[in-house]
Amino acid sequence: MTNQPTAHIPLDLRHGRVELTHGAGGRAMSQLIDGIFRRHLDNPLLAQGNDQACFTVPSGRLAMSTDGHVVSPLFFPGGDIGALAVHGTINDLAMGGARPLHLSAGFIIEEGFALAELDRIVASMAQAAEAAGVRVVTGDTKVVERGKGDGVFITTTGIGVVPEGIELSGERARPGDAIVLSGGIGEHGVAILAEREHLGFATTVHSDSAALHGLVATMLAAVPGLRCLRDPTRGGLAACLNELAHQSGVGMQIREAAIPVHPEVAAACELLGLDPLHIANEGKLVAICPRDRVTDLLAAMHAHPLGTGASQIGEVVEDALLLVQMETSFGGARVVDWLSGEQLPRIC
Amino acid sequence: MKYVDEFRDHDLAQRLAATIAAEVDPGRDYRLMEFCGGHTHAIFRYGVQQLMPPRLRFVHGPGCPVCVLPMARIDQAIALTERHGVTLCTYGDLMRVPGGDRRTLFQARAEGADVRMVYSTQDALRIAREQPGREVVFFAIGFETTTPPTAVALEQARTEGLANFSVFCNHVLTPPALAAILAEGARIDGILGPSHVSTLIGTAPYAFVPEQHRLPLVIAGFEPLDVMQSTLMLVRQINAGTARVENQYRRAVSETGNRKAQALMARVFRVRERFAWRGLGEIPESALELAPEFAAFDAERRFPVACAPTREARGCECPAILRGEKRPTECRLFGTGCTPAHPLGACMVSSEGACAAYWSYGRTRAQVATG
Repeated sequence: MTNQPTAHIPLDLRHGRVELTHGAGGRAMSQLIDGIFRRHLDNPLLAQGNDQACFTVPSGRLAMSTDGHVVSPLFFPGGDIGALAVHGTINDLAMGGARPLHLSAGFIIEEGFALAELDRIVASMAQAAEAAGVRVVTGDTKVVERGKGDGVFITTTGIGVVPEGIELSGERARPGDAIVLSGGIGEHGVAILAEREHLGFATTVHSDSAALHGLVATMLAAVPGLRCLRDPTRGGLAACLNELAHQSGVGMQIREAAIPVHPEVAAACELLGLDPLHIANEGKLVAICPRDRVTDLLAAMHAHPLGTGASQIGEVVEDALLLVQMETSFGGARVVDWLSGEQLPRIC
Repeated sequence: MKYVDEFRDHDLAQRLAATIAAEVDPGRDYRLMEFCGGHTHAIFRYGVQQLMPPRLRFVHGPGCPVCVLPMARIDQAIALTERHGVTLCTYGDLMRVPGGDRRTLFQARAEGADVRMVYSTQDALRIAREQPGREVVFFAIGFETTTPPTAVALEQARTEGLANFSVFCNHVLTPPALAAILAEGARIDGILGPSHVSTLIGTAPYAFVPEQHRLPLVIAGFEPLDVMQSTLMLVRQINAGTARVENQYRRAVSETGNRKAQALMARVFRVRERFAWRGLGEIPESALELAPEFAAFDAERRFPVACAPTREARGCECPAILRGEKRPTECRLFGTGCTPAHPLGACMVSSEGACAAYWSYGRTRAQVATG
């Protein structure tokens, strides 16, 4: 965001629309940046108006992550693309044990997009960032011709610091470890699906979109020897467990009856022939921890608002075939595989 | 979830499993074919096979419409979009199915074809209404169960004079396919009969199974407890040496079926002389086409496309698997060249196919380890 002189005619935030000139680097772009982005995301680093944000970092390892957001629709029960873009990147950092510090945000906006909606999205982003204690310190705005985008796409990149002594990684699961899930699955995916008009059914399910670094900090304080953390986003819990199994070279044994699923999520999945294990989450995490620490871990999680529904769902086992297997609630057994093909496009 | 959890109850399942185990004759095999992909899916998803005694085995039948759809029909659908420039509306699971030259509707869409994923025939009608300037074709597929919605859409289109809407009809019929498998002498001891199909056609059309083949058939619901109760009913018939059509799915199926839907189907469709089933070959009078009164809405007549003949992948055992002669793991392509992500054969292309169900749910550490 460059430091252009402020234009005289204010943006029409009620009826105005994004035009190609808003991305052209001239006065109109400066106006858009001042009128929407700076107004909501205001902080000293952004206010400097440089092409980059410069800051000192605390000691420890730096973590960095990036995430593009193309969710459709842009507004959905429990969130919107703005808050999601903040939560998504914070959570990717948090899964490495990092305390998130700063974010960047890149906007690709389609010509004709309502300024009022953009304003709402950026306000939501600012609110999510403030609640999470991070700042959006640099950004970029591009406008593409009508028909070449779909409203707005947002890419956020974040950096954070991993405190000394914390070693979280997907390859650290060991046979005998406990598998813990922080709460009910499938809420984000079902909320998005229900909102897509052509499905024609309504549920009261809200997206679980949330920043998880606070929960992670609580967990690490209680159990610093935690082995792995991962948020089951696209591909759901099934993909998350399969990834960890492959990275660590182990198998997983889980119990269906121990996996919390909100009744409305279960009902929607039943109706659509979907498996909640494959549905995306945006505010849940899977933790692998040494068996003898699971009681402490669960106690710490239960004391945090985002971990009240946490439970142990299974164990890491030895398995040369790296399979995730599940004891079904019905009493049988089956494999939990990665989803094949596309289930829900543009979920985040 | 009310009306669902009752049919998935753990304790009832354990009791049924114990009863089945107590009643089977340990000196013989029980090879029970579930005709429908819905049953195959339930058996694997809930782990029903593991609850059965060792010598009772489910043999997976051909009742998965996506699986038995000939590859040439996918080629034709792609050609409709590319040569005739139509908007093709299809259910999502058809998008990934490779045609004769391994191309899928997904690929065709990526290359510019207008392919829309829909959830019902009504979505396709809506698209046709919204885009009067475009030809909109609905890719109709499925057994008797999915046929009435297609018929309703066709009658609606005719009433509304929706001239830009047509149907690429691939509806197939259950009894002729079952007859074809049994005529080839499939090695089975009993049949779990279709549930949803039977709500339409009733139980009467299966009378030939006991009469001509001396096999018991139990119409079975799709919930795991339905499957287990039907299994027990089959075990009892086999033990008693009887062969009758029984109806476990009484809460939805009657002897005569849904007369209103049958009348609707008779108005809108007529039986094709023959239709090629993937894996099973040509079966006479086994599929539907649009009746002459609906010729104006028949995509095959409006947009004729000729496609090159197709060949199955070498080494594919789908024909034997669809007839219950082989297990998925007995195919050398299973899990090597052929997986749900890259399906080669019919049984791997849909999640209801036997090979896909086996791959996605059925592998166990012991089974895979011993190949």
